[in-house]
Amino acid sequence: MSAARALFMRELRLAHRVGGGASVGIVFFLILVTIVPFAIGPDLNLLARIGPAVLWIAALLATLLGLDRLFQSDMEDGSLDVLRTADLPLELVVAIKCLAHWTATCLPLAVAAPLFGLMLALDAPAMLGVAATLLAGTPALTFLGAIGAALTVSLRRGGLLMAVLILPMTIPVLIFGVSAAQAASGGTVPFYAPFLILLALSLAALALAPFAAAAALRAMSE
Amino acid sequence: MLFWPERDWILTVLPEQTPSSSPSAAALVLRVADVDVARGERLLAGGLSFDVRAGEAVTITGPNGAGKSTFLRMLAGLLPVEHGRIAIDGADADTPVAAQAHYLGHLNALKPALSVRENLEFWADMLAGGGPAAALSPAAALAAFGLEHVLDVPGGYLSTGQKRRVALARLLVAHRPLWLLDEPSAGLDVGAQAQLSAVMGRHLAAGGMIVAATHVPLGLPAAREIRLGGDLRGGLAEDVAGDSA
Repeated sequence: MSAARALFMRELRLAHRVGGGASVGIVFFLILVTIVPFAIGPDLNLLARIGPAVLWIAALLATLLGLDRLFQSDMEDGSLDVLRTADLPLELVVAIKCLAHWTATCLPLAVAAPLFGLMLALDAPAMLGVAATLLAGTPALTFLGAIGAALTVSLRRGGLLMAVLILPMTIPVLIFGVSAAQAASGGTVPFYAPFLILLALSLAALALAPFAAAAALRAMSE
Repeated sequence: MLFWPERDWILTVLPEQTPSSSPSAAALVLRVADVDVARGERLLAGGLSFDVRAGEAVTITGPNGAGKSTFLRMLAGLLPVEHGRIAIDGADADTPVAAQAHYLGHLNALKPALSVRENLEFWADMLAGGGPAAALSPAAALAAFGLEHVLDVPGGYLSTGQKRRVALARLLVAHRPLWLLDEPSAGLDVGAQAQLSAVMGRHLAAGGMIVAATHVPLGLPAAREIRLGGDLRGGLAEDVAGDSA
């Protein structure tokens, strides 16, 4: 098996065996979405209007909260040191770990989002819009989060600090994600303009974040 | 959907880049030239220079805090070399020292949630670069340390010494000419120490190189010793004898 494939499969396997993998993320997502109608009240029109935004914020939190252990567990058991002597450059190791994390946690979120949209009285186009924008936008969240995970890798309680560092950087993703999702169910903005910018954000994060995260990992292990 | 083309590209293009083991392993020489070992701003040992030829072992000794682990991490490319030069002569010049070295630190790099077989197979794929290599299967590598019965046990169920032996078995599942061992015998019983000596002896006989930091004798009679710390000014006592041949 090639090194890249072996790393990808190992990450998926670990995500599956440690902490239940996708299921916990989805349950967390479900709870966040369920809480909102309790807080806001059963006003279906209001819920339908803010539904895409609620789903996006829930997905953002579910993604980021699972990310803090991305490098920390490898740091603690010495795997990170050995990974750095592997044939793959550290940047690629970071990218593959992010892709595996995205596959294990964000992909199920995007698939489950339309279902949870039912609870927020979303109409069908809006549900599909949310699913499509989550699919396009969560890679950016994962890769940005990896920078925070790398910066806080040696801190035992780094999860909250990581969220503080990374949440401001996710605002553009949130803006374009929600506006594309809302545009899907009508409105004045066309769907494709914000959606393409969302794709661009994801591609930029995919291209740049591995370098930043790898540099942070190198600096943190000194 | 968005990511599959990217991933295929990663999977197909990059693994071929590094030849991990060359048949001419016997010609390799690890050269350490004028390297300063520093932790932060503090200089632990200055002007460290020595060669390790194929088939040779060097043990690094010294009191706690003398910089043994730091020096090994520098050799493994985990810490930057601020002053001096570390290289392997006779190897592909583009391949960094780290890519030709097994690094065994204090930690065992063993995932408790994965079985021993999965752990070792992962490291074999990761460290051998998919090359052919004269490496052992996980089962054979474990057998060298008398642990073949734990192959399908999750890493978390093992005792301290067993975990260490599995970490040592990692050295055998992928062939790399240089072994950098930090306290390799920590936590091992007498029998396992003898197995470790035998495994290291075979690696040397096959033209490998070993640099080991240790407090206890590793059963390598021919190993040269380099003392860090101690009483010499600059923090380094040299072995130099026989080094200029």
